[in-house]
Amino acid sequence: MIALDVLLDPALLQSIPRFLTPILLAALGGALCERAGVFNIGLEGFILTGAFCAVLGAFFFGSPVMGAISAMAGGVLMALIFAEFHLRRPGDPIVVSIAINLLAAGLTLYLLSAIFGVTGAFRDPGIQGFAMIHIPVVRDIPVIGQLFSGQSPLYYIALVVAVAMHFFFRFHRLGLRMRAAGENPQGLVVGGVDPRIVRLYALVACGMLCGLAGAQLSIANVTLFVDNMSAGRGWIAVVAVLLTRGNPLAVLGIALVFGFVDSLSFRVQGYGAPQQFTDMMPYLATLAVLIGLSFWRKTRQTRA
Amino acid sequence: MMATDTGFAARLGPWVAVIAWLFAILLVLMIAVGASLDQAVSGFFNGAFGGRNSAYLMTTIGRSALIIGMALAVLISFRAGLYNIGGEGQLVVGGIVAALVGIYLPGPGPMVLAVGILAAMAAASLWAVLAGALQVYLGVPLLIGSLLLNYPARYISSYLVGHPFRDVAAGLPQTHMVPQGAWIPNFPGTRLDMGIILVLLAAVFTIVYAYRTVPGYRTRMNGLAPDFARASGLPVKRLVFQTLAMSGAIAGLVGAIAVFGVHYRFSDGMLVQPLYAWTGIIAVLMVGMVPWAVPLSGFFFAAVQTGAAGMERTAGIPKEIGLIMQAAIILFVASRLAVVNLAGSARGEGNDDRA
Repeated sequence: MIALDVLLDPALLQSIPRFLTPILLAALGGALCERAGVFNIGLEGFILTGAFCAVLGAFFFGSPVMGAISAMAGGVLMALIFAEFHLRRPGDPIVVSIAINLLAAGLTLYLLSAIFGVTGAFRDPGIQGFAMIHIPVVRDIPVIGQLFSGQSPLYYIALVVAVAMHFFFRFHRLGLRMRAAGENPQGLVVGGVDPRIVRLYALVACGMLCGLAGAQLSIANVTLFVDNMSAGRGWIAVVAVLLTRGNPLAVLGIALVFGFVDSLSFRVQGYGAPQQFTDMMPYLATLAVLIGLSFWRKTRQTRA
Repeated sequence: MMATDTGFAARLGPWVAVIAWLFAILLVLMIAVGASLDQAVSGFFNGAFGGRNSAYLMTTIGRSALIIGMALAVLISFRAGLYNIGGEGQLVVGGIVAALVGIYLPGPGPMVLAVGILAAMAAASLWAVLAGALQVYLGVPLLIGSLLLNYPARYISSYLVGHPFRDVAAGLPQTHMVPQGAWIPNFPGTRLDMGIILVLLAAVFTIVYAYRTVPGYRTRMNGLAPDFARASGLPVKRLVFQTLAMSGAIAGLVGAIAVFGVHYRFSDGMLVQPLYAWTGIIAVLMVGMVPWAVPLSGFFFAAVQTGAAGMERTAGIPKEIGLIMQAAIILFVASRLAVVNLAGSARGEGNDDRA
C-alpha cells in the first residue's frame, strides 16, 4: 500500500487540480449535452480545438484571457458543426462525433503548419500562459492550501461552474428545459419549445467548457501546443458523464478521483516507473471505476 | 428518415451540393496556405495513382489493404450490433506480437511468418474478447470499454519497443528487423506486398460467414433485432464473444501484414499515427455498412490519404488536408444517409439487466 505521507505529499496535492481541471471542464460540458439528450462523444475533438485556439489567442493577443476566449470560440465552432450535422440534419451522433474528432486532429495540425510553419509542436516564449493564483491566508493552511491556492484561474472557474450547474438544472428555466429535452422532448414540443434549440444551447455551452479544458492544457499546465494534446482526456470525460448520467456534482467527484490518480501516477514516475505505465494509469483507473460502479449498482438493484 | 424521392434530379441535387461544399472547403484550405490549384490537383493525382513505375499507386493499394482489413473488422462487429471501436488497440496488439514472434522464433521463414500471423490474430482476438467480457460480465459498455483498451495497448507496446525489445543501435523506439525469410513477398516487379491477398481472403470469409452460415445469420439477427434474438433463445453471450473474437482476429491480421509486409519491424506509433483503425470505421460508416461497398470506400480513403501526401510534396499543402477532407466527407455523407443508428443501440448496452 502507498504510505499516507505519500498521499498527503504537498507536491502531490498541489498537482491534483492541474490534472482534474481539463477533465472536469470537459465533463461538465458533456453533462449539459447528456442532460439535453445529445449523445456527444466528440469531447476529445472539442478539447483539442480549444487547446490549439488557446495557444493561437495567447500568442497573437499576448494575453492568456484572450487565449481562453479564443479557446471558447474554437470549441463553439466545433459545437456548431456538431449541431449542423446532428440537430439540423439527421446525422447519427456517434458518426458525427468520430468525424469531429478526426476533423480536430486534422485541422489543428493543418493550421499549425499553415500559421506557424511547424509540424508536430509549437512552443514560443510569446505564448502568454496563465499565472497561478495565490490566495493569502488560505495558502498557509495545510492540505487545503495546496488544493485551493496556487492554481490556474480555470480551476476556480471549473469549481464554480460545477456548483452553479447543479442549481441551473434544478431551478433555472433553461436548465429545466434542457432536462426536459433529454427526458421528454415531446413534452417540450407541447409546451411550445423546440427541443432542438435547447439542445443547441447545450452544445454551444459544451463547446465553451471544452474549449476552456483545452486552454487549461495548453496555456495553464504548460505553454505550448503539441500534436494530439488532448490525449484521450475527452474520452475519460465521456466516461465521467456516462457514469454520473450528467449530474454535475457527481461529475466533480469523479473528476477528483481521476485527477488524483493522474497526479499519483505522475508522482510514481518520479520514483522510476517507466513513463508508459504512468501514461496508462488514467485509462486503467477509468476502467476500474466503471467496473466498480457497475458492481455497486448491481448489488443495490438486487437489494431493492 | 430518408426523404421521399420524386425523381432522378431530386435525388442528385443534394449530392451536387455536397460536392460543391467539399470543393469549397478544399479551396479555402488551399488558399490559406497560398498553394496553386493546378499544382495541388496534379500533386493529388500523382500522389494517389502515379509515381515512377506506379510506385505511389502501389502505396495507395498497400495502404488500402490495411484500411479495408480494419474496415472488415469493424463491419463484422458493427453489423452484429457490437460497437467495437477499439480496433486500434487490437491492431497494435497484433502488430507487436507479430514482430516479436518474427524476430525471436527460430525456424524457416515461411513457418515463422505463418506462426507470427496466427499469434497476432490470436492475441488481438483476446484483446477484443477482453472488451466483450468487460461488457458482458462487468457492465462496461463496449463502446467505451473497447476504446479505453486502446490506450493500454498503445502504451504497453510503446514500453516494449522502448525498453526490453528495443533495437538500441537504431536510436528510435523500434524493434529489430524481422528476418528477410519471413517477409511477405512483393508481387513480382512491383513494390506491393501480397498482404492484400490475405485481406481479400478475410473479406471473402467475412461475407460468406455473414450470409451463408448459421452463426453468421444469428449474428446479423442479433444486430438487427436484439430483442427478437434474445426472445428466440439465441446464445447471445456466446455470439458476442464469437463476433468480437473474429473482429479482433482480423485486426490482428492487419497488424501482422503491416509488420511482415510493409515495415518489417514494429516501431512506436506506426499503427496509431496513420489512424488506420479510425479510417476503417469511417470507411464502413460512409457506405452504410454494405459489405461489397467497403473495399471501394477503403480504397477511396487510402487514395485521399496518399493523394494528400502528394499535395504536400508538390504544392506544399500540409498533408493533414487529407484528414480534414475525410472528416468533411463523413459529415456530409453520414448526415444524408442516416442509415445507421449507432447511438440508439450503444446507449442501452451498459444496462446490467440486458447483459
